[in-house]
Amino acid sequence: MEGTTVLGRLTWQPADATGVVAETPRAKTIAFDVPGWAGHRAGQHLDVRLTAEDGYQAERSYSIASAPDGTRIELTVVRIADGEVSPYLTDDLHPGDQIELRGPVGGYFVWEPPLGGPLLLVAGGSGVAPLMAMIRLRAAAGSDVDTRLLLSSRGWNDIIYREELERLNGNGLTVVHTLTMSQPPGWAGYARRVDAEMLAEVGPSPAERPLVYICGPTPFVEAAAQALVHLGHQPEAIKTERFGPTGS
Amino acid sequence: MDELMLDGNAVAGMLTEVFAVEMTTAIVTCGNCGTSGAVGAMHVFRGAGIVMRCPNCDNAVAKIVIDGTRMWMNFTGMQTLEITR
Amino acid sequence: MPPIISRGFRGRREDAPPGRVPPGQYVTRDFPVLSAGPTPHTPLQRWDFTISGEVDEPRRWTWDEFRALASEQITVDIHCVTKWSKLDTMWQGVRIDTLLEGIETSAEYTVAFSDGGYTTNVPLEDLTGGKAWVAFSYDDEPLQPVHGGPARMLVPHLYFWKSAKWVRGLRLTAADEPGFWETNGYHNYGDPWREQRYWGD
Repeated sequence: MEGTTVLGRLTWQPADATGVVAETPRAKTIAFDVPGWAGHRAGQHLDVRLTAEDGYQAERSYSIASAPDGTRIELTVVRIADGEVSPYLTDDLHPGDQIELRGPVGGYFVWEPPLGGPLLLVAGGSGVAPLMAMIRLRAAAGSDVDTRLLLSSRGWNDIIYREELERLNGNGLTVVHTLTMSQPPGWAGYARRVDAEMLAEVGPSPAERPLVYICGPTPFVEAAAQALVHLGHQPEAIKTERFGPTGS
Repeated sequence: MDELMLDGNAVAGMLTEVFAVEMTTAIVTCGNCGTSGAVGAMHVFRGAGIVMRCPNCDNAVAKIVIDGTRMWMNFTGMQTLEITR
Repeated sequence: MPPIISRGFRGRREDAPPGRVPPGQYVTRDFPVLSAGPTPHTPLQRWDFTISGEVDEPRRWTWDEFRALASEQITVDIHCVTKWSKLDTMWQGVRIDTLLEGIETSAEYTVAFSDGGYTTNVPLEDLTGGKAWVAFSYDDEPLQPVHGGPARMLVPHLYFWKSAKWVRGLRLTAADEPGFWETNGYHNYGDPWREQRYWGD
């Protein structure tokens, strides 16, 4: 399972946008058809490259949010105001447009059912995307492995995949939200940044030896990983993927 | 903690393109402190070029510079790079 | 295979007066933070700036001594090898000429060295004659750590990797000693107007 495949030359290939769905006011999921896509593993990402008519280029990495599904992939993009790439993807890209991508990449931050569990998935904002690929794969595979998703979002309307997570909740999957900036009236859930106490309450104990995946902006990932190590989790069981300060 | 710091996952695409094997699980042994860890767990900084640093001692284990077609890689800070073929 | 053009993609580029921007550069209003390593946090009580190497006697300034030197305000355009240029950036700094006053040397080259181990080589004549500073303020504020504070080199006529962040001194050398990036693909001199980005340019 730990990625022993020889991949051949991994290089830029065209992808056709086929659909755009708004997830939250700032986030959209864009579906692409990628001719020749050889498939991917849940948790992997790809690099996107955009070229302007005068040759100007920009590259960004995005986690694949969808479970493996032939040549179809989904990326969830959070629009960063003043961003170089995200506003193009969320505002300008239409079905039929093309981008280039390179991937899939990554065998370090992947999960598939044979790896088992229990699973502790910790996500900051758009960091939920690769973990959602894992959750979707888990559902498609009919797995009921004990899986806990702790998802930190700014507010109720910023929760990406909120309704789908509500539907999937159960059958061994527990979704816990923390809303760090604003909470709806009557909110009884967590209303602060992820910390050791929250992780101890939500996650399996170290003795249960969970596989931990943390994804989000770098400060979020650092804080959560350090908290889990202090709680007694083995560093080797904690996999991290850092997005950088803006989380995209 | 440096907000801007990424990890080896961020440069995996570029490295995999060159080495033609899965790179995030490749194991780096730091030439300075001897700690081993997956490329995916290395600390990555984007300056004029890319610098991969040991999460234990900050030693630069790799430097990568790319122009359109040439790529310069320095691994002198690494004792060993282990890949699985 | 030529890259695929993404319809309508422009990126965030500002317009600039013609001739103002070196070839291949794009103007930005941001101040992107690029770093070869973690931000150092040397307390000012421990900070010093030294000039050493091909000199009779090394010179050293504590932070207070450094800040007591004559400084000036400079407004310059800066050009990063990663293709962004920022126009009319305002700094306050001490001229390298001031730091070199009274120092005799036969050295023709320098190596700027920084906290965290970064180095970059610049010919001595590119640091003198009012062409370079050790800057401690940007945009009327103390230079932030992410932008190289408490003090960084400012050598605006060369690509900005030559303006070492977190600088702690200059070593004057008889021979040219390529630095952190110059040993790994980046051009040894780095003139943006001749687009000297990489080896062989």
